[in-house]
Amino acid sequence: MSRSPIRDLLVGVFVLSGLAALAYLSIQLGGAAYSGPGGLTLYASFDEIGGLAPRSPVVIGGVKVGQVKKIELAPDGSFRARVTMDVDRGLKLPDDTQAAVLTQGVLGNQYVGLSPGGSDTMLRDGGEISYTQSAVVIERLIGKFIQNIGGDNGGKKKGGDGS
Amino acid sequence: MFELVRDIGWRTVDNVYGLGGVAHFGSRLLFETLAPPYRLRRLIDELYNTGVLSLAIVCASGTAVGLVLGLQGYNTLVRFGAEQSMGAVVGLSLVRELGPVLTALLVTGRAGSAVAAEIGSMVASEQLDGLRMMSVDPIDFVTQPKAFALLLSMPLLSALFIVFGLFGGYLVGVGVLGIDAGTYVSSLENNIDFRNDVLGSLVKSLVFGALVGLIATWRGYTAAPNSAGVSRATTGAVVQASVATLMFDYVITALWGVGL
Repeated sequence: MSRSPIRDLLVGVFVLSGLAALAYLSIQLGGAAYSGPGGLTLYASFDEIGGLAPRSPVVIGGVKVGQVKKIELAPDGSFRARVTMDVDRGLKLPDDTQAAVLTQGVLGNQYVGLSPGGSDTMLRDGGEISYTQSAVVIERLIGKFIQNIGGDNGGKKKGGDGS
Repeated sequence: MFELVRDIGWRTVDNVYGLGGVAHFGSRLLFETLAPPYRLRRLIDELYNTGVLSLAIVCASGTAVGLVLGLQGYNTLVRFGAEQSMGAVVGLSLVRELGPVLTALLVTGRAGSAVAAEIGSMVASEQLDGLRMMSVDPIDFVTQPKAFALLLSMPLLSALFIVFGLFGGYLVGVGVLGIDAGTYVSSLENNIDFRNDVLGSLVKSLVFGALVGLIATWRGYTAAPNSAGVSRATTGAVVQASVATLMFDYVITALWGVGL
């Protein structure tokens, strides 16, 4: 077949658009959920992290500032969950910052919310956030609620029988 | 009884012989791909035939599949009050499964059949014999660019299928069903992983491309030199490539680690 400028152009467009789609899938979707600057590694240990997963967002006041990198059992044998986070290096976080595992909506994705404290010393790279608040596990909450209701009804019944 | 056993034996030998033929043909294709001359000109022509001409059908089908996935996903998720995760449902099913498989089936029907029919009719009209007379190797000159173009265009077409599918899901989810655009996109971005999902999808479409290229060129190359042979070769190429795609899909999914 002979050389045809229009055909070659179309093949070029096809190859480039295919590569662009591949790049979009790999970088935008497959890459990190948080695309801002990272570099500051922080650790936090929780009693319960619920459905938190690697690449879950780390948020301050609703603004994404990083993501969860790794989740493992704490190496000190306390059976707590140790969460490694990668957050924006430019952040000056006081060392009494609180970390909490929160939920978007009632059944949404889980994320780590940071609430900065008022201390003068800042967290350094590799620092540990010591004030943590565990995830609320909705099944346990419902379990407790049902238990309480059951207890109340039982009490009323007994009262009624007595009078 | 004796006849029956002999018949079974002959069929077995014949099938193994056929498999050996495919393997030999495939290794010839691989060798001609790696060894010079590279025939870039022929490759671009074939990329036009398999890739560019499949572009419209792949993009249209991708959008349609995305639209349907969005609707069906919403109807199922809304029962659990989880319509926020629609992006993840549409995205994961497209990237992991539907993108590579449906693209392979579409390309088989659109381009694989054409390749088998073209090579088959070249066999029937003794054009390949003519090439051999001029000491031009038909595997190198005719089949290799076609098979290699199918292999190359498959991942590109699959990626386009997925992107158009995501767009279709977005249209239904955000435009029709009123899911927040940010929720859809962040659900997509939070749940699709590069290694597990995107790389697995790429491996799948590369394997499917190699399968479709090999089977289509092999069926055309071994077609009986008459019009019935060409039609059998075309049908066989489409059927075998489709079945092989679906079977290898299971194998790759199992090997790539379902357990994340």
